[in-house]
Amino acid sequence: MNRFIPRALMAPAVVTLFLWMIVPLVMTIYFSVIRYNLMQPDQSGFIGLENFEYFVTDPSFGTAVMNTLLLLGSVILITVVLGTLIALLIDEPFPGRGLVRILLISPFFVMPTVNALLWKHMMMNPIYGVLAQVWIFFGGTPVDWLTDFPLFSVIIIVSWQWLPFATLIFITSLQSMNREQLEASRMDGANYLQQLRYLYLPHMARSVAVVVMIEMIFLLSVFAEIYTTTGGGPGDASTNVAFLIFKQALLNFDAGVASAGALFAVVLANIAAVFLIRMVGKNLDK
Amino acid sequence: MKLTTRLSLSAALVMSLCGASHAETELVVATVNNGHMIEMQKLSKNFEQANPDIKLKWVTLEEGVLRQRVTTDIATKGGQFDVMTIGMYETPIWGKKGWLQELKTDAKYDADDILPAMRNGLSVDGKMFAVPFYGESSMLMYRKDLADKAGIKVADKPTWTDIKALAAKIHDPKNGVYGICLRGKPGWGDNMAFLTTLVNTNGGQWFDTSWKPQLESQPWKDSINFYVDLLKNYGPPGSSANSFNEILALYNEGKCGMWIDATIAASFITDPKQSKVADKVAFAQAPTAVTPKGANWLWAWALAIPSGSKKVDAASKFVTWATSKEYIELVAKTNGWAHVPTGTRKSTYANPEFQKAAKFAAAEKAAIDSANPSDSTLPKSPYVGVQFAAIPEFQAIGATVGQEMSAALAGKKSVDAALKASQVAAEREMKKAGYYK
Repeated sequence: MNRFIPRALMAPAVVTLFLWMIVPLVMTIYFSVIRYNLMQPDQSGFIGLENFEYFVTDPSFGTAVMNTLLLLGSVILITVVLGTLIALLIDEPFPGRGLVRILLISPFFVMPTVNALLWKHMMMNPIYGVLAQVWIFFGGTPVDWLTDFPLFSVIIIVSWQWLPFATLIFITSLQSMNREQLEASRMDGANYLQQLRYLYLPHMARSVAVVVMIEMIFLLSVFAEIYTTTGGGPGDASTNVAFLIFKQALLNFDAGVASAGALFAVVLANIAAVFLIRMVGKNLDK
Repeated sequence: MKLTTRLSLSAALVMSLCGASHAETELVVATVNNGHMIEMQKLSKNFEQANPDIKLKWVTLEEGVLRQRVTTDIATKGGQFDVMTIGMYETPIWGKKGWLQELKTDAKYDADDILPAMRNGLSVDGKMFAVPFYGESSMLMYRKDLADKAGIKVADKPTWTDIKALAAKIHDPKNGVYGICLRGKPGWGDNMAFLTTLVNTNGGQWFDTSWKPQLESQPWKDSINFYVDLLKNYGPPGSSANSFNEILALYNEGKCGMWIDATIAASFITDPKQSKVADKVAFAQAPTAVTPKGANWLWAWALAIPSGSKKVDAASKFVTWATSKEYIELVAKTNGWAHVPTGTRKSTYANPEFQKAAKFAAAEKAAIDSANPSDSTLPKSPYVGVQFAAIPEFQAIGATVGQEMSAALAGKKSVDAALKASQVAAEREMKKAGYYK
């Protein structure tokens, strides 16, 4: 009885949230098993798993899944490692610290499309880009980034965008470091590496977990950066699952295949999440 | 606090009642964020003053997003938009499906003044379903100073062999000048628009009369091999990521000797405000190979009214105003003749003021007049369209083939392998769409 009242009071909120999630999901599942192309309203009906088959047998499908995971893994690794180092670097007070922090965080406020265009033209253009000029200055042949290393270029672009986010979270986490503990460890003769290993990193574990989770949610659906820089190419070298869904569905106005692709993306996200939560969770339990 | 809420509520009520009593039609216009359309939005104040009972509400979007929004709206009978800006690709498809209102115009509007290529491209069985706001074709834009230095006179109708020879002569990467810049970024409206014209002029086509994709035919092989070889030897690095805007930036910096692209580019590269080579540019028709058929593309952004709209009269008033001779004169009066929307009316090109202001006018008109969307391939084709096939499946097919072509250009795949993969993908799409019963 005493348990019932709080539950009954919570029920409206829980039910609303549940509906909020389940209705779109059920609709997506429904669309994915019917023939539903906006351009051909005359063709309709139940077709079972044909949409899924069509999405999965796409020649670029395997590449797209690999690219999605590569992009996700690389960007998370780069942002967490560099973010930690930068956060530790600017944790100590020094003149002009406020300005440096603002500069470090600013890339996060650049819109994805603008960020992609900045990198495409200002930095990576093989003729007038900054990187090409550096190569020419040292007498080398400029690297044609988007042609020769399409996925790597996208990884660089997305990492640049997400690094400030990671840094910001880590800075705030370091703010709450217990200064007395640090003091005590110094008295006991611990060097910096030992402090890092036994004090800083364990303290930051929780925020690392947060960064990994949030980045994973957003990075699974990276689209604007790919669309504006390489258009998924050359070939399918920089196509990820989100771009594949766009190509197959939005260009075709085939809501059926799009829904099948979306469901697949949900499954992929869940698989990735399970692995990541396992990894991160282990760290949190300690 | 309470009082103000009440007051504002009652005010809103009063206003809505007034609105109901005073019959005012609100037209929602969906359009592209191109310079010409933005100008139309500014000048539409004149239209509202002349028609006080019509109010315009603008939805201005980027091309890809616009296409998705209007397609979804019209296919689901959403009725969000009363006037839509659509291209030459959508018009025949939707017109055939009965999704668009047929546009009947009066003598004052003078529909016969519209360039025949544009009118045909926007009509189905002689009925016009959209009126062109501005149109374009493709042509060769080259650096006259470099051609003179190489001692070559470019013919008014050059062949691809001539182009290759000239590209070899003026290619000078040490001094930052590349022989020829062409599109390479994947997309049905990006690299495939250009490549389709190249294939057409080599005597190829997208589909034969039984809708079988022809991507592994000899003309395709010849065209793509030629293109990859040309850009590898005489093109700028990074071509596989270049589309219209990227090449425009290169050309304005004086990095390109030649460029074959949309005629609209001419007004940018001859504008001294943005181009370093404004006074050194000359124009010729798009190069040809085996046949002149389909060697230059044809595109228009046009205004159309969805069928079943309850505001057809007001919407017709607006679309005829925006595509009329008077509108073009209005733009000329406000911004000068160099900035009027081109490619739509004979009267624009006949105007001596316009000819004076636009160096490229003659070449552009010749290019548009020589294009015919219903007859643009050497072998007979079942589809309409010069640089695309006006069927719903084409966007997806074009996107996939575009990616394969960019892979071939980047040297990640051989031309034959890329064409094979394209053929497989195209057959898959056509099969799924039920073309082979």
